[in-house]
Amino acid sequence: MSKTPEVIRVAGAQGFWGDSLDAPKRQVEGGPVDYLMFDYLAEVTMSILQKQKERDPSMGYARDFIGAVESVLPAVAERGVKIVANAGGVNPTACAQAVRVVLAKHRAGDRVRIGVVSGDDLLPRLDELLAAGHELRNMETKESLTSVRDRVLSANAYLGSKPIDDALRKGAQIVITGRSTDTALTMAPLRFTFGWADDDWDRLAAGIIAGHIIECGAQCSGGNCLYDWRSIPNLADVGYPIVEGRADGSFIVTKHPGTGGIVSIHSVTEQLVYEMGDPRSYITPDVIADFTSIQLADDGPNRVRVYGIRGKPTTDSLKVSVAYRSGFKAVGTLVYAWPDALEKARLADRVLRERLDRLGLRFDRILTEFVGANATHGPLAPPVPRDIPEVQLRVGVRSDNRAMVERFTREIAPLVLNGPPSVTGFAGGRPKVEEIVAYWPALIDKRVIRPNVEIV
Amino acid sequence: MRVRLVDIAHARSGDKGDTANVGVIALKPDWYPLLARELTRERVSQHFRDVITGDVERFELPNLKALNFLLHGALDGGGTLSLKTDAQGKVFSTALLRMTLDVPDSEARKLGLPGAA
Repeated sequence: MSKTPEVIRVAGAQGFWGDSLDAPKRQVEGGPVDYLMFDYLAEVTMSILQKQKERDPSMGYARDFIGAVESVLPAVAERGVKIVANAGGVNPTACAQAVRVVLAKHRAGDRVRIGVVSGDDLLPRLDELLAAGHELRNMETKESLTSVRDRVLSANAYLGSKPIDDALRKGAQIVITGRSTDTALTMAPLRFTFGWADDDWDRLAAGIIAGHIIECGAQCSGGNCLYDWRSIPNLADVGYPIVEGRADGSFIVTKHPGTGGIVSIHSVTEQLVYEMGDPRSYITPDVIADFTSIQLADDGPNRVRVYGIRGKPTTDSLKVSVAYRSGFKAVGTLVYAWPDALEKARLADRVLRERLDRLGLRFDRILTEFVGANATHGPLAPPVPRDIPEVQLRVGVRSDNRAMVERFTREIAPLVLNGPPSVTGFAGGRPKVEEIVAYWPALIDKRVIRPNVEIV
Repeated sequence: MRVRLVDIAHARSGDKGDTANVGVIALKPDWYPLLARELTRERVSQHFRDVITGDVERFELPNLKALNFLLHGALDGGGTLSLKTDAQGKVFSTALLRMTLDVPDSEARKLGLPGAA
């Protein structure tokens, strides 16, 4: 076995499904990196992928990943850059096959091994698990999953870093997982490189926090950064983040020289608090990380040193994310112009609601927002000046009854000709009815989940 | 004197179901103790009383010069159920930054707060 390197560079390549297509290529061309990390799976993504798989059994994974692999292939095949991605969605095997095709096309098929992590998909086992007494109660409402069982679209346990570590040990150069925790995708290469043990809580926690910092791509390197935002340079060429990890668990967050954006204590702190719960207890399948132990220090321009992180033993459960059908919704918008834009929009809302009422339409929820006046701050927003140039009326409805939501979408356009004046902005046509796929968080006993690692 | 929170702190927010989290970070490390003292759970609950339907939880991160607030019942059901523009609470942070704090003049001067003579 080769000597353990002093530093290992894990680069955030894409932070969600839909992220910048050229970021992975820029990460391998801008300077040295050892791993590319792709995080594709938001909570609702699995259900979208499940629907795609139902239509076509060879689908159900993040297809952006295939093009991304192709775009970085020279670096993978010739320089040995490794890839860890939860691109597999609900069909990691099909994803691996698609990557195989790309490798073969570039005659790299015999050089690059692919590791596939599965075992997170609980859909085929769901009834068996429920029958065995695993109720999968909703962590928020405490309801048993049986109440929505007939509407379930997907059910996946969040796997940790161990199966990815395992795949890397078996020589995989590209590791494709289904539902893994976002943070495990970064932590696994670190623990694999430095040989961190299962009970090396502080270092495992450090790896988790490294993952948390870079899992949203450029959101830690100047993107969406409020601190002194006017002075953040060249966002058009924003540098995606890189973690330079060390054996002791400390790491540097940085980006390639010459790229835009900024890596500073401020930009990193903003990302650390993003989607934070109880900071003392960030629970993952591998370790519980303590965010109150994190120390940050400047280490030169666009370099932040992170150290001092503590962790403790984790729980006996894994988180499960279930997606289920939960009715329908539609949102309609119209724009009202000066003079008295807000007053006109308010009248239009009253007229619309009265018509919906007369039609006998009853919704589980109807919500009106006036974009430009109160949509993001609600009653905390100060009164808008009477002479604002325009206001967007935005009305949303939700119901289990699809026909009622359909009927609502027909009531927006008529307002242009038979409602208050100075109205425009209907170019998009009738609002679209959307089926709602809701999210059901639950816990399951770790012992019943069997992660599977395969080299293909 | 009255100090606008937006002049002494920055913030980022995210979601977990129907809960929005807002991390508030002091613009200067020296200003954190003031934030920790003045930005109480009660005051933040009061600020959001007509906006959220649930409780507020508060956590301190002195190491990051930050406070984390969990605002329950903030997102009209949250995630895909929500009909709000900001269904995932991405800009809830800015609504919290609308708060103002009353700071004794002498302390404001000592800390060099914006607007302190």
